[in-house]
Amino acid sequence: MKKNLRNDLFVISKLINDKEKILDVGCGTGNLLDFLLKTKKADCRGIEISQSGVNECVKKGLSVIQGDANYDLDDYPNNAFSTVILSQTIQAMIFPDVVIKNLIRIGRRAIISFPNFGYWKVRRDLLVGGKMPKNNILPYEWFDTPNIHLCSSKDFQIFCEKNKIIIEKFICLSEKGNQMKTNYFSNLFAYQVIFCVSKKKKVDKNKLC
Amino acid sequence: MKSLILTDKFKIKNSIKLDSGEYIDSCEVAFKTFGELNKKKTNAILVCHALSGDQFCSEINPFTMKKGWWNILIGPGKVIDTNIFFVICSNVLGGCMGSTGPSSINPNTKTNYGLKFPVITISDMVKVQEKLVSALGIKKLFAVIGGSMGGMQTLEWATRFSSKVNVAIPIATSYRHSAQNIAFHEIGRQAIMADPVWNKGNYYKTKKEPKGGLSVARMIAHITYLSEHALQRKFGRNLQNSNFFSFNFDTDFQIESYLKHQGSSFVERFDANSYLYITKAMDYFDLSARNGGLSRVFKNSNVNFCFFTFTSDWLFPTSETKTIIKSLNSSNSLVSFVEVKTDKGHDAFLLEEPEFHATLKGFIEGQIGKHGI
Repeated sequence: MKKNLRNDLFVISKLINDKEKILDVGCGTGNLLDFLLKTKKADCRGIEISQSGVNECVKKGLSVIQGDANYDLDDYPNNAFSTVILSQTIQAMIFPDVVIKNLIRIGRRAIISFPNFGYWKVRRDLLVGGKMPKNNILPYEWFDTPNIHLCSSKDFQIFCEKNKIIIEKFICLSEKGNQMKTNYFSNLFAYQVIFCVSKKKKVDKNKLC
Repeated sequence: MKSLILTDKFKIKNSIKLDSGEYIDSCEVAFKTFGELNKKKTNAILVCHALSGDQFCSEINPFTMKKGWWNILIGPGKVIDTNIFFVICSNVLGGCMGSTGPSSINPNTKTNYGLKFPVITISDMVKVQEKLVSALGIKKLFAVIGGSMGGMQTLEWATRFSSKVNVAIPIATSYRHSAQNIAFHEIGRQAIMADPVWNKGNYYKTKKEPKGGLSVARMIAHITYLSEHALQRKFGRNLQNSNFFSFNFDTDFQIESYLKHQGSSFVERFDANSYLYITKAMDYFDLSARNGGLSRVFKNSNVNFCFFTFTSDWLFPTSETKTIIKSLNSSNSLVSFVEVKTDKGHDAFLLEEPEFHATLKGFIEGQIGKHGI
């Protein structure tokens, strides 16, 4: 069943419970949504910026809107989804901070995956090679990359702390796509990272009295 | 032997109550079907035509002898495949291709209705279509599809008769007519009414038609269907007949000639009073004015939507459709949306647009997989 599914997407799919209501932001050709629909009976929606992507999605019978996550997430009501997924896209957002806040507003939780810029080979490329790092998930040249807001897993953790965002789960993947144990050195050894985050629940003041 | 009947007709026995409060007796609906209805009657697609359209959406229009207005999309093996689907297309209420409209004979007075014809709305048109669909024995349409005013009817179907529709495909349309849309329509109507031949709508017995006024109305409207860029690309400042200005008011520029042709060919097939009534129906359309706004209208709808817009369409810009999508999102509806890049303006929905056609084909296939037929 895993066929066609990118490694990080398969790991993400394991985090989804049956019959969840999912929004996949930047859903591409809809492989993850299609997989969740078939294996978890999830109620799926997607946003995709490219027309060719939307094309493939609607062919699969998925409900997908052509749109730009930088601007179009504002249109969604609060808590409309149980989980909102943003895979390998946050680094290409113009306003990643606004997007992340929107994700946890729209969904009860957000699953965000991105290439870890703290990975030791990335550091080595710049430190020893003196050049902008490139690898399988960061394949672009410095002048044509859509990745304008790269961050390390540590950067992301600090962002969450500052913005009172709860990290429910932290998953690290190796270059081969295998799940790794997380520890103090994760920021150095994780090739890709997946964060499961949610907003801090407001304390009901009436209950405190 | 081939039938000599150019169009099928369906007569509604009971009188129909219109939104205006008035009634229409013995209403007739002219329609065409393509393909065959399957045994379970689950493969019907209703195609809704735009302001100047008619029931001849596929094959050859027997009146103009030209290809149907959506022949590019509908037919055997095409995007809307008549080997699979049973396509129904009816001339709208108020039209002039066989359905009851201002040029029809009022059964009560035995004369043409003229301006005695009651003012109609998009939802009146849809009420009449629903009677036709029911009479064909279809309980649930596989899909309703239409562009521009056809898109308005599609939205009306998806809200008024949502339980009778699996899939709705509104194209280059809006939930309401904007001030600018109304303004252009009003100029068109004024052009018709300023034509002395129009004679307050009583011209049917004079053997003359207000062709001058109607043709100006069509010329104005036609500009709104194209983009500035497409006009420039197609015509630029090119001269029609010579390399020099004529220094009179004959046709100098190609664009002038083109518009005049659009006007003069339109008046051959369209009734001026129908133009007044149908434009008015579009102007009255506003789903957001209904019971508590747009999101209420779509609440609990099980219809699968797929919206299309075109980047250079300034008559029904993408922002209008995005407003609908926002409401559909907040009411948890199943909605897909694509904005097609093109410089062809509003008319793009009628033209060869490979990306539009590919996505539409994909969507329909996906929905066949989902609902079965």
